Amino acid sequence: MQELLNIFVKSIFIDNMVFAYFLGMCSYIAVSKTVKTSVGLGLAVIFVLGITVPIGYLMNEFLLKPGALVWLDSEFIDVDLSFLSFIMFIAVIASMVQLVEMIVEKFSPALYASLGIFLPLIAVNCAILGGSLFMQEREYQSLAQATSFALGSGLGWFLAIVGIAAIREKIKYSNVPGPLKGIGITFIITGLMGIAFMSFLGIKL
Amino acid sequence: MSEQTQERESLFSAKNRKLISNAIGKDNPITVQVLGICSALAVTAKLEPAIVMSISVLFVLGIGNVVISLLRNTIPQRIRIIVQLVVIAALVILVDQVLKAFAYEVSKQLSVFVGLIITNCIIMGRFEAFSMANKPWPSFLDGVGNSIGYGLILVIIAFFRELFGSGTILGWNVFETIGLYDIGYVNNGLMILPPMALIATGIIIWVQRSRNPELIKD
Repeated sequence: MQELLNIFVKSIFIDNMVFAYFLGMCSYIAVSKTVKTSVGLGLAVIFVLGITVPIGYLMNEFLLKPGALVWLDSEFIDVDLSFLSFIMFIAVIASMVQLVEMIVEKFSPALYASLGIFLPLIAVNCAILGGSLFMQEREYQSLAQATSFALGSGLGWFLAIVGIAAIREKIKYSNVPGPLKGIGITFIITGLMGIAFMSFLGIKL
Repeated sequence: MSEQTQERESLFSAKNRKLISNAIGKDNPITVQVLGICSALAVTAKLEPAIVMSISVLFVLGIGNVVISLLRNTIPQRIRIIVQLVVIAALVILVDQVLKAFAYEVSKQLSVFVGLIITNCIIMGRFEAFSMANKPWPSFLDGVGNSIGYGLILVIIAFFRELFGSGTILGWNVFETIGLYDIGYVNNGLMILPPMALIATGIIIWVQRSRNPELIKD
């Protein structure tokens, strides 16, 4: 249990998707003009990460890892399909996003109305594929660990985009030098926020 | 008639050259279109991975643009994103396997970022905006131009980060050779940390927009 909490907190603050790995920067810059839309996108990212990473974990465990096909027959011990992982993960993500969109539209029109336009965008958000790839690279031991990593990174991304959106709403009233207006100052503020987040380095639970 | 004039249009006509020069300068994918920042910043702590990354993107985008452009009339509108993703993923797997075979050290440094070329917005962006509507040769040029523009920014950022952060260029120890350490210079560790990549990009955008005021929006 403590291990799970550790992974969760670590992936929110220390290994933050935006500040430590720059994942999902494109939508982070493009959609952070107002707090309201960024909350919507942030929630959608948590949601999709929370679904795709556990599925990716199961696929990695039972299909892709070297020797993962042993559960079918012991003669598959030498089969290594890990070179297929990119195409498998992106296929899972694209189809899950489609599926999630249809389910949400059917059962919760209110949520669909607030997330609607962002869901299709998420298929090409690097944070989602990055979640699956980091999960594979860091070799989490159980499904629960992979899930807590996914939810933690989603929450970290959510915090980052809501934070920058709030700052951008306020900075509109400041006298920024002309050429820096818009994305220039956003980059620099994100860098400063990243430095602030680095103060969490070395926290051990 | 128009078909004939198009055929006679030379391979490097002014219009085609513009596809490349625009993408490097005033239509740069990173600083102006704000695409593909995700992977761009993460690999720029050292010059070598940045160069390898640029070449990988050049390969994927150049070939991918041609493939999509050849397929553009047969791809159904509704499932085009999945078709595009499959084309990109196949090319990226090639790049990844080649890197693992011939440049294992660099491939370890790039870690997941090779895989993330798949969701690199430059590639999807160019497929959607250009090669779905244009012939193979202009699409190829567009792909090459955009990846050069992308690589240029990567190399500039990586050059400064490696020079000031570790005092080296491509592993060659510059500052020690010219004797800066003897007069008390200390490497700036801040440059290697991730946030400096963002600030460096911000400064490049600042410089570019001060020189081209027409790029200023908002």
